[in-house]
Amino acid sequence: MGGFDFEVLWRTAPYLFKVGMVFTLKLTVLSAIGALILGTLLAMMRLSSNRLLSALAGGYVNLLRALPLILIIFWFYFLVPYIVGALTGAGRPIPVGGFTSALITFTLFEAAYFCEIMRAGIQSIPAGQVNAGYALGLSYWQMMRHIVLPQAFRNMTPVLLTQMIVLFQDTSLVYVLSLTDFLGAASIVAQRDGRLVEMFVFAAVVYFLISYAASRLVRRAHDRVTAAR
Amino acid sequence: MNYHWNWSIFFDPSPDGTGTYLHTLIRGLYWTLGVSALAWAIALALGVLVGVLNTNRIRWVELLCRGYVELFRNIPLLVQMFLWYFVVPEVLPSAWGNAIKEADPVWSTFWTASICLGLFTSARVAEQVRAGIGALPLGQTMAGTALGLTRWQTYRHILLPMTVRIILPPLTSEALNLVKNSSVAFTIGLLEITGAARSMQEFTFQIFESFAAATVLYVLINVVVVVAMRLVEKWLTVPGFIGSGK
Repeated sequence: MGGFDFEVLWRTAPYLFKVGMVFTLKLTVLSAIGALILGTLLAMMRLSSNRLLSALAGGYVNLLRALPLILIIFWFYFLVPYIVGALTGAGRPIPVGGFTSALITFTLFEAAYFCEIMRAGIQSIPAGQVNAGYALGLSYWQMMRHIVLPQAFRNMTPVLLTQMIVLFQDTSLVYVLSLTDFLGAASIVAQRDGRLVEMFVFAAVVYFLISYAASRLVRRAHDRVTAAR
Repeated sequence: MNYHWNWSIFFDPSPDGTGTYLHTLIRGLYWTLGVSALAWAIALALGVLVGVLNTNRIRWVELLCRGYVELFRNIPLLVQMFLWYFVVPEVLPSAWGNAIKEADPVWSTFWTASICLGLFTSARVAEQVRAGIGALPLGQTMAGTALGLTRWQTYRHILLPMTVRIILPPLTSEALNLVKNSSVAFTIGLLEITGAARSMQEFTFQIFESFAAATVLYVLINVVVVVAMRLVEKWLTVPGFIGSGK
């Protein structure tokens, strides 16, 4: 190995961050928001007294959690065009862009994990509060919206944020669809310039710094939540 | 929709000339199980070691252990896989690096993937072990010391046997994660289940049959691991503790 070449990093950093990292962060944040909403709804379904609803949500969550993310990425990459085709009545698969496909995949996949977190969060609220809500004449949705969910979110914030860091790392798997997320961009440069060592070490360092800093922040948030209780 | 289903595709000969697509998938299953088993052995050995060292109250050792855990936890698995596959052979002494590059690619990806997954999982096992030991009452250590046991004997006969029982449920989910994570080995060219399904899909264009087969295999492995770990849990329960059912 002919010494570590910093020049290639300097030269390609704008591309790596402006294209790659922007893609990664956009995918992480958007799918986290989608997964949180969907996951909360799934958690409410799972805890519902309606057998059918809870079985449906349970089956979905357990199936997705049993499968590797890469396999799910492939599933949705090929399945989504067919679903879109069927929904629009086009009668043939409609291609969706790589980013859209990845966004749908990660939202649906992470929803299964966020569901389990929110379920624990909802179950951490004493049943007396739910009964008190009903006694006040609130409907199910009002009771959830004003009493249970705000507390559940608050209690679960550290866990939700930790799951988001996992999601941030998992987005690197869109590499299998040849999309240019941060790792994808790094590997394009690595292969074009024959700088595998530099690019992959650099990618590892960047991912490490972001994830580590984020997990330290989450730990502080966790201390605050527990201290305030 | 105009998708052409063809479930008999599994019995068509695959282009590698070694049998049918079903054989390709079964071989994929073997690779997944092989990588997972080897990586699990590495993860348990190193995880217990690091987890135990992390509780020994020598400051620099604990810092080292924390560093180990944080390092493997904060880099995406795929990046780690690339580091082991592309970078490590370059930075090793050139004789070793060349030996790796000249090795049979199927086996070198197998070893690389196993080591990578093993170390990645070991950091997570280490955290479980540390938490498990931390959950034991301090009195148990003191009782061991009072009985005249050395520190090693205390760990060996008192702390670890209890810890193993406490952390079995989280270890089960780590084992399941490991099996799922082994699909990342596909990115460096190992034809485990996901890789086998992907290659079958590329050759036959029977997208959904291929991935459905992979899905079924993963669900089966999940069921087997969960049932096996339940049996182990039952077999190891200590009467009088929560979970013993009495």
